[in-house]
Amino acid sequence: MIDKQQERMERYLRLNIFPTTFCPGCGCGSILNAFIHALDDLDIPPEEVVTVTGIGCSSWIPSPYFKGDVLHTTHGRSIAFATGVKIVKPDMRVVVFGGDGDLIGIGGNHLIHAARRNIDLTVFLVNNFVYGMTGGQVSPTTPYNIQTTTTPYGNVENPFSIAEVIASSGASYVARWTTYHIFQLVRAMKEALQKKGFSFIEIISQCPMNYGRAVKLRSGPKLLKLFREKSINIKEVENLTEEETRDKFIVGTLVNRDKEEFTERLRDAIRRAEER
Amino acid sequence: MKPYERYFEKIKDKKLFLLGNEAVVYGALSAGCNFFAGYPITPSTEIASMMSRELPKVGGYYIQMEDEIASIAAVIGASWAGGKSMTATSGPGFSLMMENIGYACMTETPCVIVDVQRSGPSTGQATKPAQGDVMQSRWGTHGDHEIIVLSPNSVQECFELTVESFNLSETYRTPVILLMDGKVGHLTEQINIPSEIQIVERRKAKEDELPFGGQLIPPMIEIGDRRAVHITGSTHMPDGMRDIESQDVHDRLVRRLYRKIDENRENIVRVEENYEDNARIAVVSYGATARLAFGAVLKARENGIPVDFLRLITIWPFPRDRIRKLGEKVDRIYVPELNLGQISREIERFVDIDVISLSKIGGVHHTVDEIYNAIRGE
Amino acid sequence: MIYIDEKLCKGCDICIFICPANVFESSNKLNERGYTIPIPIREDKCIKCHLCELICPELAIHIVDEDGEG
Repeated sequence: MIDKQQERMERYLRLNIFPTTFCPGCGCGSILNAFIHALDDLDIPPEEVVTVTGIGCSSWIPSPYFKGDVLHTTHGRSIAFATGVKIVKPDMRVVVFGGDGDLIGIGGNHLIHAARRNIDLTVFLVNNFVYGMTGGQVSPTTPYNIQTTTTPYGNVENPFSIAEVIASSGASYVARWTTYHIFQLVRAMKEALQKKGFSFIEIISQCPMNYGRAVKLRSGPKLLKLFREKSINIKEVENLTEEETRDKFIVGTLVNRDKEEFTERLRDAIRRAEER
Repeated sequence: MKPYERYFEKIKDKKLFLLGNEAVVYGALSAGCNFFAGYPITPSTEIASMMSRELPKVGGYYIQMEDEIASIAAVIGASWAGGKSMTATSGPGFSLMMENIGYACMTETPCVIVDVQRSGPSTGQATKPAQGDVMQSRWGTHGDHEIIVLSPNSVQECFELTVESFNLSETYRTPVILLMDGKVGHLTEQINIPSEIQIVERRKAKEDELPFGGQLIPPMIEIGDRRAVHITGSTHMPDGMRDIESQDVHDRLVRRLYRKIDENRENIVRVEENYEDNARIAVVSYGATARLAFGAVLKARENGIPVDFLRLITIWPFPRDRIRKLGEKVDRIYVPELNLGQISREIERFVDIDVISLSKIGGVHHTVDEIYNAIRGE
Repeated sequence: MIYIDEKLCKGCDICIFICPANVFESSNKLNERGYTIPIPIREDKCIKCHLCELICPELAIHIVDEDGEG
């Protein structure tokens, strides 16, 4: 009898605190599941990984479930904390989990600056289009005209296309997938974990409780069905009109390039200083 | 020999002519600081620029972050990764750091924050000295907590108290704030680097020790120790696991964070006392203002008025026992400070005599005569 | 063999939706926390793609290889 999943779970998770605190059908658990698949496929021991998170539902993906080091920080600041960790411990794999409110809203500045530095962090941004933990307020990725608890007359703002922002900020690796594309997500996570430099995956994920209420799709399967219907692979985009791609999720790898990495440059500078 | 010991070997016993802000860097590097994250702000910027030059020479890491929130965050992350870390800022940046200073208190993270105070509130007088952050350094972050805050009044003390800040932060596993003022930071004086200094190394948890409880000051498990440390600013149990529901878990944790500093007051608190047997009045001051205050005390004594002088070196935890004793000895205490009475009101809590605030704001120091005339009752 | 850890399952029905072989069916069976547990009623149709195991947000599904061949 081989139960590979049980082995995976025992290797990477603090099983004594299961079940998770996530709402039924939430995408966060699928992302945790995909994460341990990616680590196991690459045979990365949990001792070599530190997960860093902020505040929000998706910050609970590794905290406290991941059985490696966990640094659960303040709202929006996880990437700045992770920057300090990575500089001092460059051999650790530093993986940040956070949501659209956490990493784009309150922490957006840290996100773009880390991408600009191209520091060797792996960031999994869980985009569920809403502030879930506080009960469904509008977020920087909520689509136009959606009614949330703080946009009762419809959202009057425009959403960020955050993967494109990070691609243009200078990251080594940028991809976007949804929790419906779970095999592709595991593959992308593996690419991101192996890539030197700033690796970023925007993971479109379902919040059946709060975003589900806003769009009247109040279950995991209903939102996954929406993701399936609205997703277009990036390879197909150039053959489509602007009209055909409007309000769609463009999934796939946006950027995968070899670039110099920040902590290595920092160490080069230290070598130059020490020689002087 | 460790890199910082090699560094100290090179400067020990030297007489150096330094800016206060530069002496902070000498002190930090001597204490083993190997990580600095900061953001430029007057009047603290010399600390960052000198760090960017000197830290790499001893194998340390300097990074200019995108703001002060990120700076203190990186400092805390670096500390958990095993670094000795610090940042330096001034009022507006200090305000931005408050949330993460609370995180450092809650997670018991050793780190040093230098606040070279300038005139506020808000942008205020950016280039002018002040002492308006005294209460912010104590209560700026939300929730009950204790904190250690030191205030140097000379370039010599900028060096010494920076070393002490690192030692206290490692001993008590807490952020320590070095509360300078623009005058001390920009003062140039000769200092004598001592021939030896004591450096406190971090205590790491043995196999059977927990990183967030089980003793008054628990030892640390660092990131990368292969022991799956769980660090959170949420209320947590001695093993680090979150428990935000139980009243007793929160009560035990937050009271311990309070007690570990409160019960060690005697080991932490330092004041400078210069008393006369027959004095009926006293002057209490701190930072650069204390230099002028002591000048006034000496002038009063020359003119036949015996005056006691007490200088706060430790601001928080407040040296309340010393102040109580002084309150039993004299009839009146004068408190010159560059704010509208932040320390003078604190003194009132511990004495039954008249406490007279000699407030001055606007970026100009008291003159010796202003203080002297007040003492004389003019 | 498909094993569902009933203690972990929250009855979200994502496995029912996602399975390409339509193996799962919802049931009236409640676990101790009151969630309805899906049943792999057409287990013989399982193509061992492990999709349900991977996507399950509660990590409650295990595709156990009884032959030990992987």
